[in-house]
Amino acid sequence: MRLLPRAVTVPPRTAVARLGLATVTGVGAAATAVGLGATSAWLIARAAQQPPVLYLMVAIVAVRAFGIGRGVLRYLERLASHDAALRMLARLRERTYKRLCRATPTGLRSGDLAARVVSDVDALIDLWPRLGLPYVTAAVIGTGTVVLIWTILPSAALVLAVSLLVVALVAPWLAIRTSRRASQRLAPLRGQLTTSILDTLRGSAELLAYGATQAQLEQVTAADRAVTAAERRGAFGLGLGSGLAALAAGAAVWGALVLGIHAGLDTVALTVIALTPLAAHEIFAGLPAAASHLPRIQSAAERVTALWQAPDADTSDTPSQDAAPTGATAPVPAWPFGVRVRGLRARWPAPVAWQWDTDEALGPTEPAREVGDPGREVLTGVDLEVPPGARVALMGPSGAGKSTLAAVLLRFLTPTGGSVTLVPQDGPEVDLARLDPEAVRRLIGLCAQDTYLFDTTIAENIRLARPGATDEQIWEVLDRARLGDWVRSLPHGLDTHVGEHGARLSGGQRQRIGLARVLLADFPFVILDEPTEHLDEATATALLDDLLSATTGRSVLLITHRPLRPGQVDRVVRLNATGSTDPDSVVEVTDTATPTAAMHAQADFVTACKIA
Amino acid sequence: MTTATTTAPVTAPKPTKTTKAGPDTSTSVRPLDPRLLRYARVSLVGLAALVVLGTLAALLVVAQAQLIADAITGVGVDGAIGRTLAALAVVIGLRAVVAWGTEVAGHAAAAAVKSTLRRRLVEHATRLGPRWLSGARSAELATLATRGIDALDGYFARYLPQLVLAVIAPTVVGGWILLHDWIAAVTIAVTLPLIPIFMILVGLVTRVHTRRRWRALAQLSHHFLDVVAGLPTLKVFGRARAQAASIRAVTTEYRVATMRTLRIAFLSSLVLELLATLSVALVAVGIGLRLVDGSLDLRTALVVLILAPEAYLPLRAVGTHFHASADGLAAAEEVFTVLETPPRPGTHHTALRTEPDSDTDHTPNGAGTAAGMGISDFGTVMAVQVRDLRVTHPDREGAAPDGVSLTLRPGRIVAVAGPSGRGKSTLLSVLLGFTPYTGQVIVETTRGRFELTDLDPDAWRRMVGWVPQDPVLIPGTVAEAISLGSPDASWLQVLAAARDAALGETDLSRQIGERGGGLSAGERRRVAVARAFLRQAPILLLDEPTAGLDPLAEAWVLSRLRASAEAGHMVLVVAHRPAVLHIADEVIHL
Repeated sequence: MRLLPRAVTVPPRTAVARLGLATVTGVGAAATAVGLGATSAWLIARAAQQPPVLYLMVAIVAVRAFGIGRGVLRYLERLASHDAALRMLARLRERTYKRLCRATPTGLRSGDLAARVVSDVDALIDLWPRLGLPYVTAAVIGTGTVVLIWTILPSAALVLAVSLLVVALVAPWLAIRTSRRASQRLAPLRGQLTTSILDTLRGSAELLAYGATQAQLEQVTAADRAVTAAERRGAFGLGLGSGLAALAAGAAVWGALVLGIHAGLDTVALTVIALTPLAAHEIFAGLPAAASHLPRIQSAAERVTALWQAPDADTSDTPSQDAAPTGATAPVPAWPFGVRVRGLRARWPAPVAWQWDTDEALGPTEPAREVGDPGREVLTGVDLEVPPGARVALMGPSGAGKSTLAAVLLRFLTPTGGSVTLVPQDGPEVDLARLDPEAVRRLIGLCAQDTYLFDTTIAENIRLARPGATDEQIWEVLDRARLGDWVRSLPHGLDTHVGEHGARLSGGQRQRIGLARVLLADFPFVILDEPTEHLDEATATALLDDLLSATTGRSVLLITHRPLRPGQVDRVVRLNATGSTDPDSVVEVTDTATPTAAMHAQADFVTACKIA
Repeated sequence: MTTATTTAPVTAPKPTKTTKAGPDTSTSVRPLDPRLLRYARVSLVGLAALVVLGTLAALLVVAQAQLIADAITGVGVDGAIGRTLAALAVVIGLRAVVAWGTEVAGHAAAAAVKSTLRRRLVEHATRLGPRWLSGARSAELATLATRGIDALDGYFARYLPQLVLAVIAPTVVGGWILLHDWIAAVTIAVTLPLIPIFMILVGLVTRVHTRRRWRALAQLSHHFLDVVAGLPTLKVFGRARAQAASIRAVTTEYRVATMRTLRIAFLSSLVLELLATLSVALVAVGIGLRLVDGSLDLRTALVVLILAPEAYLPLRAVGTHFHASADGLAAAEEVFTVLETPPRPGTHHTALRTEPDSDTDHTPNGAGTAAGMGISDFGTVMAVQVRDLRVTHPDREGAAPDGVSLTLRPGRIVAVAGPSGRGKSTLLSVLLGFTPYTGQVIVETTRGRFELTDLDPDAWRRMVGWVPQDPVLIPGTVAEAISLGSPDASWLQVLAAARDAALGETDLSRQIGERGGGLSAGERRRVAVARAFLRQAPILLLDEPTAGLDPLAEAWVLSRLRASAEAGHMVLVVAHRPAVLHIADEVIHL
């Protein structure tokens, strides 16, 4: 059984030199420590025989040199190993990111999940400085010390070897095993405790209002008592590793003394074989602590490598099966074009990064945004037509697959059946699957319910949509998104930092920045996926009006489950709970020529909205 | 997160999840926090055990050194080498037992301290009130109370025992050396104090250095998370692949910046290692020379040689274990930040009785949430008058609500409408006694007129049935959730309340999972409505009670609400929906 996957342990080329330097200096530092122990033992024992001081000079100089060398070498080792680790981090991050790009069609489901993935990737760089190097150093020094003792008394060398192996392998194994068992036993109790604490805090207002706080706190106390009692019981097992390591170190000295006296060694030799093991064990004493990082690194490595091996789900880089096998892509039709969806069926692939969601040891997650069950066909037959320049509302209950349809249109998801075609006004239809996904995403844009803002300036957040856009262009889209006046009122204007996840902006302002992005990118076809979902009623109404007026002249697919006002869209398509459309559900609101027709259309429209 | 003081973490400062960014949070974790020790006092037995075991460990080290020296020089106990070796075996065995016992005592102490901290944290958090707990804070605190505090195991089981040993061992060992070879003792006595002095100096330099670079470092280390979390956006705009190169570049920049800090931070361990090994070397050479001129015997020399490193060893181990404790200390720091937050900043009580025609009182009325404060025997509530009520919010400009006045009377339904952000939910929060306010909330009862803040909050809340905007249900059955505020209600009463809330078709014995799992949003809201109905409280405060309900269910619930009003309840309802506004006797637009 491999302790850790190869992909994690093999250092990248950029880190090899530093890692080599770290190993050499690390071994050197440990060697000086053992050398100091052995030489000073010899020095004392020999000095007791009162030889001329000249005989001792070499030893005296060596002892002093060892005394200085250790600290300096250790300092160099730590710098080199941390440098190597951070070089590995660059590679690990890049690799993880590239994998995420290809394996997750629409990114990770929640910010919390992203934080977990990132923290696991960061944990992997502890591997060499905290775990790998101490063991490599110990292996070299252990072997060297055993060989040194062997030249004096082979049997004592054997005892030393066994004792070192116990400290390096058996004691850590015992410690890890007992603590793993203890936490397995504790896991359900801890889970109960976490749940009861979370309930108490989340429901604190209601508990207070209904006078139930005390009763709930008693439940927390009961859960806490159970955990604490179990922890106390488990404590007895947890010290076994330390005890064993201490016993092994003592046994090495004791064994050397017994064997040395039995073999009739002289005082000098006896001193050396008795005291050198003490110095060697001092080096080895750090190993159980080093090994205690193993479970953490192991589980992080498992999760990260599972992510690395996740299959491609984004079709960006691979042409889909039903497309031309040569990978040749069709030419992109010129605007104006309509979008026609026929009998579309789609399902989500197995979720990537599930390993972070389901790991109980990581604690509770934020509620994740639902993107539908993997494997279950979410869309089971969708027909939809968006003529050029039309605005179509797609309505339906949550879970009906509205966002899935958006993912298909953006080529994040390959349909399992049916087709999506672009319909130019003159010329043949072009299957979306035959177009380069990146080209598709230059035609079709998305403004989703949770606009993500990066921790940089307002200008940079918008410029993302078109690198190289001038400030004038950014001001223009900001004005069209009705955010210009607000930005002008800020002391730093466009250069205002938005904070982590845009924390310094309100929800409505974030969504308007999202709109400005879409406007700057100048997509001819825009999908508005519940753009007002997290906003209050008044802000939502104002924003939706602005969204629709700012995108005039473009095709718009508005995904929503909120009721609409007449005149906001030209057509309403209803998606039912099973993920299919019914031709009868399509309501045209275009014919407003006669007052009666308009009234009829509006009445139908209102009904359609209500049913939806 | 901590920055390096003794041994630096691999990735220097990471931004904490909470927003309280700044250099102070990265360095305020002290290795020996008096507050933590105060909590450690809850397990005095455990701490005493640690000290006893530490002393025992130090004595055993001296005994072992003497016995090894005896065995080497052949000076046996009673002259018999066999007995020396037997005694040595016993001492070695005892050392192992002490090492085991130290960790057991540490873990046991940790369990006790963790339990105390956890319970105080949860209790204090509930005392700080729902306003303080809003947002993501609940989840953060729950994680802190469990996994965060669990990191204290390392502190108590490893770090603290080492710290105890770092004080006891040099004293015991140094004392023995002093008695037998004062010159070596002086060498140790001079070098040993230099270690903490230099470490503190280097720590200070590191802190200054880190503080200067903290912003840049935090931003660099945060970049990767930002890009990963924003991946969907990057994909939509075709910028995803372009970011891969920037990740490499930024991480490289981060490495260069971190290494610059580490070169200084690692100096502290350089000093530690250098002084420790160099002084052992000096001691060794010194006793070697004194052996040559015959002023010292071999047995003493050997004991000094074995003991000299032992004087430094615990101090070095403290550095190693500081890592193990850093996470726990950071968690403890966060716990104390919560515990030291006073329940209501600027709590201010106005006069006991408020004159009806007095000028508007603009001192903030604190609403204490602790039980046992204020008047609890205030009679039957006849009316509630809200006058010129204003609430200011810490991170927002202007007040919301900004001067609202209304009166609740039995039999009347008052609706509050208006765009979000005008303080509709805050108004209900004030009436529940969760939120401090300026202006007046006068409760007219059979015993007189009282300002809301003068009433005992718990007694007052017994007068109120509340439907929050986003109801939270504790796992249990639907019936249990409905009877949250009325545990003694009969099954029939629960059924009636459920029926009134249009829950007639829901199985009341159904289990509610975590976070109201198993119920739809509409059902959760109806459970909250049933809960308020069941309470039979004179005042009903409802925040959009029919949102997410179909028109039929809405009409039914509203008719029951009307019936409650007719039966003498005072009703205040926040609503957007026309149907709700329609049944109100009075609509107040904020």
